[in-house]
Amino acid sequence: MSEATAVATRPAISPARIRAWLPAYGVYVAIALLMLFNVLFTPNFLAWSNLRIQLIQMAPIVIVALGMALVIGTEGIDLSVGAVMALAAALIPLYLGYGVIAAIIVSLIAGVLVGLINGTLVAKVGLQPIVATLALFVGGRGLALVISGGQLKDVRNEDLIYLGSGDLLGIPVLVWIAALMVLIVGFVVRRTVFGRRLLAIGGNRPATELAGVPVKRVLITVYVVCSVLASIAGLLAVARIQSSDASAVGLLIELSAITAVVVGGTPLTGGRVRVLGTVAGALLMQLVVATMIKHNLQPSTTEMVQAVIILVAVYVARERKTR
Amino acid sequence: MTQTVSDHEVAAVVAADERRAERIDRIVGLIQRQGALAVLVVVVVIGSVAFPNFRSFDNAATILIAAAPPALIALGMTFVIITGGIDLSVGSLYVLGGVVSAYASQWGLLPAFLAPLAVCGLIGVLNGALIAYSRMAPFIVTLAALLGARGLMRAISDEGSTTYLVENDAFRAFGTGSFLGIGYPVWLVAAVFALGMVLLSRTRFGHAVYAVGGSEDAASLMGVAVRRTKVWVYVMSGLLAGLAGAINAAKLGSGVTVLGTGMELDAIAAVVIGGTLLTGGAGTIAGTIAGVLLLGVIQNMINQVGNVPSSYQQVISGAFLAVVVVAQTYLVKLRRVT
Amino acid sequence: MALLEVVDVSKVFPGVRALDDVSFTLQAGEVHALVGENGAGKSTLIKVLTGVYQPDAGSLRYRDEAARFDTPMDAQRAGISTIYQEVNLIPLMSVAHNLFLGREPRNALGLLDEGRMHREASEILLRYGVTTDVRRQLGTLALGAQQMVALARAVMIDAKVVIMDEPTSSLEPREVSTLFGVIRDLHAQGIGIVYVSHRLDELYQICDAVTILRDGKVVHTGKLADLERIRLVSLMLGREMSAVRREGFTGFAGGHATAADAEPVLKVTDLNSRRRLHDISFSVRPGEVVGLGGLLGAGRSETIKAIGGAYPIDGGTVEVDGRDLKRPTTVQAVKAGIAVQPEDRKAEGLVAGLSVRENIALAVLPRLSRFGLVSDRRIDEIVRSYMDRLRIKASGPDQRVGDLSGGNQQKVLLARLLATRPKVLLLDEPTRGIDVGAKAEVQSLIDELAAEGLGVVLVSSDAEELVEGADRVVVLRDGAVVGELTGDRVTTEALLETIAAAAELEETNE
Repeated sequence: MSEATAVATRPAISPARIRAWLPAYGVYVAIALLMLFNVLFTPNFLAWSNLRIQLIQMAPIVIVALGMALVIGTEGIDLSVGAVMALAAALIPLYLGYGVIAAIIVSLIAGVLVGLINGTLVAKVGLQPIVATLALFVGGRGLALVISGGQLKDVRNEDLIYLGSGDLLGIPVLVWIAALMVLIVGFVVRRTVFGRRLLAIGGNRPATELAGVPVKRVLITVYVVCSVLASIAGLLAVARIQSSDASAVGLLIELSAITAVVVGGTPLTGGRVRVLGTVAGALLMQLVVATMIKHNLQPSTTEMVQAVIILVAVYVARERKTR
Repeated sequence: MTQTVSDHEVAAVVAADERRAERIDRIVGLIQRQGALAVLVVVVVIGSVAFPNFRSFDNAATILIAAAPPALIALGMTFVIITGGIDLSVGSLYVLGGVVSAYASQWGLLPAFLAPLAVCGLIGVLNGALIAYSRMAPFIVTLAALLGARGLMRAISDEGSTTYLVENDAFRAFGTGSFLGIGYPVWLVAAVFALGMVLLSRTRFGHAVYAVGGSEDAASLMGVAVRRTKVWVYVMSGLLAGLAGAINAAKLGSGVTVLGTGMELDAIAAVVIGGTLLTGGAGTIAGTIAGVLLLGVIQNMINQVGNVPSSYQQVISGAFLAVVVVAQTYLVKLRRVT
Repeated sequence: MALLEVVDVSKVFPGVRALDDVSFTLQAGEVHALVGENGAGKSTLIKVLTGVYQPDAGSLRYRDEAARFDTPMDAQRAGISTIYQEVNLIPLMSVAHNLFLGREPRNALGLLDEGRMHREASEILLRYGVTTDVRRQLGTLALGAQQMVALARAVMIDAKVVIMDEPTSSLEPREVSTLFGVIRDLHAQGIGIVYVSHRLDELYQICDAVTILRDGKVVHTGKLADLERIRLVSLMLGREMSAVRREGFTGFAGGHATAADAEPVLKVTDLNSRRRLHDISFSVRPGEVVGLGGLLGAGRSETIKAIGGAYPIDGGTVEVDGRDLKRPTTVQAVKAGIAVQPEDRKAEGLVAGLSVRENIALAVLPRLSRFGLVSDRRIDEIVRSYMDRLRIKASGPDQRVGDLSGGNQQKVLLARLLATRPKVLLLDEPTRGIDVGAKAEVQSLIDELAAEGLGVVLVSSDAEELVEGADRVVVLRDGAVVGELTGDRVTTEALLETIAAAAELEETNE
């Protein structure tokens, strides 16, 4: 019967409406409120020097979160992103001797390989994504430490440092790169065959398979893209701090990335990816930390507050199986 | 009629199939349960031949005392993973427990044990309640708890800058002394493991743990209190992580505020290598012991070689984990198909 | 004395009246058959009996008292046990542990007494013909044995009522006779049994009474012995025998122009799948609608899925236009021109969270794109044309498919299939769960497509629809072809006779 009209006659504001609206757009409201608070009560918050730092700190998280959002869109998860960042970081100094391009290519190849492993385990062996990515979550950082000999290595390559610390038109190159990635991933999700297929897989894998979509290939590609984005974040982290420390790069980034994705309104149950929301999620978490630091709260407090925000976001967005 | 003849033939084929299925089931079950033990034996034999210092009583005692805290964490993790969950917060809880224990030791031996148990147990309750009652994914809840517990630890240690020393002599003596040449902590851990084994295999709670991991829906239809069981395993995991922290504090004489110890990853690796299915429903504590010891022995051998970075340990854990997880999927399939 | 009574119960789901004033009475010591095709309301009724659903109207009486079961546990505690078709036990636990879960015998220390548990488990299971080692993992047992363990467990907890949902669907003949032995025992103990099955021979062997559901209503209830087999089938499938003179109730025009000598567009030869399909062969010519008839569980859906690459096959060939596809994957099947409309629209058909546009375009994205970039213009053209042609009522191509009515969802799914420009269309219950108007539209669409030269395979539990829609009907039973109706023989009467006769034949052989 006419369910379309039934939708239209529903009251504009109802608990059900709010429940549907909150996970998707609540993040923007929270950002607005937090910005307002800062403009009123935090001195120099809108100063470019401050905003600049916030953007630079956000950039790697955004890049990793973009890949995570794609994986989550297929109803998956990738716990190995932090390990991939460490691997990429460890490889950079080893190959800088062959030129910066070679070093970058090598670290990207590492990302591709990790993605192939994860993707194959998920798509072909049929492991749950969390199980499949656990092996590299456990061993990946160790491998990075083995590769780097467990030492912190300074990086002195001008070109690489430019990527991490340089400016272009007054805006940090790092931020340009992150913005570019956002555009690319947004474009991929919206405009490509691949993007639409991955959403369909997350929405209903058996149906997508029956429709003749090469599901396994798409899934493997998604994990490869996620790992490659993580390795880009890893090499940018090296470029920014001008040294390679495999024991610290990307530590706990899987948590930050998942948080950004979930806070941004992408459901963990797949079938939908909010690219802009993911950026907003990362921004919100960044603002929370910055606000607290500006108001002289200790890092320990910010960590506990972050933990609570994550739980609230996941709670709000959790699946309701009552239908 | 020909029908009856074919019926006999069918019956014979079915019986043969059945025998074959039982045989494969036994072999696969053996590999799943005892595989880690077999690998452990092989590694110990190789170690004994290759390193003269390896096969001494002192070295064995060293391996055991080093393995004591991770073993406790792995014990809790075994229960959690058998229910089909995962607890990523235990590394943080371990560090938090150590700091709390060292701090509380100024009031005596008992508070040094009880305070970390209380704090970590409470976080376990939170984990369990959120996972069981609001259907949030275990990995994300416990990942948030990892962050929260770390914040808490830093908050009570002045952002990690204060290291509390253990003030109580009896507590120190517990951490460093030994009985029959084997450290007290090892005896304690052995006792806790014995209790854990009885709990898992000989009580209704233990069977409920297996049932929840095997099939939540079926378990609840069969009358198992699914939610309560889930809460309890996370509480146990928290308690055991706290206890492990206390033991470590007693051993080192202080609550060390290192971040990102990766203990949760070692524990998961040990449990999975010990034959527990990451998807839940099957696993043994004996397997977990073998898994913990296997990783401990490998670590010890890496130290024996010298100039090899200890991070090889993680690589080996990860590699083992990958092999075991993939092998398990095929073993489970093999069992099913027949 | 009635043991369990259902009085005027109704249950409504969005868009469907699943139970409509249903009354049902189970006496103590009675085996009561509950029959009806998919969607007739059987499973809803079972769920009401077992506390999964609460009725919207009407009441339950149990042992002469008004009863209300809020959860399955409530019903179980009261003594109503259910054996599901899919065994609901813990496959990774041992047989004995499954049998005793939650009620394990304990020793003086409060610890489980494994020895006693194993001994008792072996003894109990012996009565059910299960002789395996009770320490074995349950999941490694044959399905029949697992079913017996479930039954033993159900009876152990002092059941007064045992509901069996298709208990024999995965059993060997030997196991079926063991099961019947057990049922006769329960019968003698005064336990009431609700027996759901589509195997007529079984019903007549074991059941005392029968209740037939159709479209959420009780169409017949009474002694089974008084009911003729063919009449039972006709009641289930929806036509009174006297009314079989058809007047064109469906939207089908009947009869398609097919060149009798045309080469088949789809040829299936000796399709086999472990335990499910046995040597299934048939062919479809362009412009022809071939029906697959039979009762639930006959292997109709499996056959269709196997052809589409979504069900594993052990042997046999699938040829499209004379080309052997060699055990196709779903991707290859779609490429070869096979389009499958699965029975379960929600689970396997549509992506409910995506829009009408995304769903229609899903299978043909590569064709509507260049260098991996989708062309929204081209997608919209296609989507528009199908929305017009199939008269899909949606607020627009952007509406979420999950928000559409059943009929419109089905049309979206058909649009997706047609967009792949298939040569063969395999339709599994294309008109299930959609309203009358949409039903007629879908039916005339099938006619139209056949007229355009597509080969169509039609599965329907609605005898009328099958007979009027199909040019030929291949009848299946237990995964094998048992008859084919052609020409003048394509009538409801003949179809029902073939189904009933196949069951009869089977019985005399045993």
